[in-house]
Amino acid sequence: MRLHDIAHARTGDKGDISNISLIAYDPAHWPLIRDTITPDRVACHFGCFAPDTITRYELPQLHALNFVIRGALTGGVTRSLALDAHGKCLASVLLEMEITPQVRS
Amino acid sequence: MSVIRIGTGAGFQGDRLAPAIDLAERGALDYLVFECLGERTIALAQKARIGDPSRGYDPLLERRMRAVLSACARGGTRIVTNMGAANPLAAARKTAEIAKELGLIGLKVAAVTGDDVLDRIGPCVLDETGAPAAALGARLVSANAYIGCGGLVAALEAGADVVICGRASDPALFLAPMVHEFGWARDDWTRLGRGVLVGHLLECAAQITGGYFADPGVKDVPDLAHIGHPLAEVDATGNAVLTKLPGTGGRISRATCIEQLLYEIHDPARYLQPDVVADFSGVTFDETGPDRIAVSGGTGHPATGHLKVSVGYRDGWLGEGQISYAGANCVARGALAIELVQARLSPLGTAIRETRRELIGVNSVWAEGKAVAGAPEVRMRFAARCDSVETARRVSEEVEGLYLAGPAGGGGVSASQREILAIASTLIPAERVKTVVEMKEVLDETA
Repeated sequence: MRLHDIAHARTGDKGDISNISLIAYDPAHWPLIRDTITPDRVACHFGCFAPDTITRYELPQLHALNFVIRGALTGGVTRSLALDAHGKCLASVLLEMEITPQVRS
Repeated sequence: MSVIRIGTGAGFQGDRLAPAIDLAERGALDYLVFECLGERTIALAQKARIGDPSRGYDPLLERRMRAVLSACARGGTRIVTNMGAANPLAAARKTAEIAKELGLIGLKVAAVTGDDVLDRIGPCVLDETGAPAAALGARLVSANAYIGCGGLVAALEAGADVVICGRASDPALFLAPMVHEFGWARDDWTRLGRGVLVGHLLECAAQITGGYFADPGVKDVPDLAHIGHPLAEVDATGNAVLTKLPGTGGRISRATCIEQLLYEIHDPARYLQPDVVADFSGVTFDETGPDRIAVSGGTGHPATGHLKVSVGYRDGWLGEGQISYAGANCVARGALAIELVQARLSPLGTAIRETRRELIGVNSVWAEGKAVAGAPEVRMRFAARCDSVETARRVSEEVEGLYLAGPAGGGGVSASQREILAIASTLIPAERVKTVVEMKEVLDETA
């Protein structure tokens, strides 16, 4: 399944830093999201971010993660040559990630 | 007052007017807050002010004030806004003029200044370049500190019906009414943190009532066309219920609130603000009724003693052109167009500092996106950071030249050039920034 099936997300920007929240719809999916959507995994999915530029914060009571990606916006909204200089589209790109439900032994 | 009602009139400079008018007319609000200043907006406003000293405030200020002033005055709703941008004094004068035309005799309009720190920013080291701001030389355009709620509270205490500032932290626009009404101490970190939380949730207007949220079939939003703006009922402890007016479109739910809680937040436990370091790490939302969400669990820690400063500077010119290709082999033709523009611009050498080349529909937002074989159409975009407007124009011209001298079947060229006004960030000790309140009362000169 895709992350889009079990979670929603929103992107924000400050300068050249993008943050993407990731929120489980159903608390039952929180452990899966918490355990599998690591900074490495996010970096690998986007392909254009180095893992060490990504910091992950957890808000367990909201079943939410917050990924903060430094240097994500090719200079930030005021400098970037990109069409989506804010990176508003990035959250939906994250939700494209394929995930496999873990079988716990 | 045991509970105050604070509504959001605008969440960015170009925000929609109708929801603000609705809140002014039937919101029974104590405060209506217009947040209209993005990171770059103030630098653009500074440029406008350099061109004409009577300008430099929000271009929509007049329309907004004309639309809501009478209803706010009638209902006892006070207005707080950063629409002063680079010129709060001129904005306050214009607002007082409009109030007078509307017959609102006795209305008090305050301008809060002091955020402009251009005269003392030189030695401050910029986060982005590691060099002092002074190194930008003549390219330096503006430097504005994010002021806290102090000046705004002083204006409210002096009886202002309308408070107009320039660069202030966005949540401070909302925090000021709470500090004023509830008399919170300026070191009551818990309450200040909660106030910032409420301000943060409200400051982007429709982003918490179902805007920037709808995903058809997955996250549907009722009557998004007529979306209402949010309001908060805040109590003296800083806890609040977030809601919107009956009959407006949109939805305010736990899901919209959680998304907005984390919007533009880095470490949720340390949201650095001029008045407090707000801590959102323990926040919870409870749905207490339809479109009614109680927020609690916010707290705060002592402020850092430093203010963030946005430094605006000229960063060359953007030259851009786009052209469409459709049908058979369109992706390959778009790629050939990129190669051609690149080759034809190469004699310009270092006059072009950076380029971005992409096919809209394939890789313009996500460079690593999967190549879509058989895309029905693509739009080639070539953008470049240039040393001058002349070079930027050459970029546009080479894209336009593809009509006759490019791949088969290219159509619909658009081209533009603009000066790039970039923003860098630095910090300044808070004690180096002093805010000043100037009040104008609308007088009845016929009496």
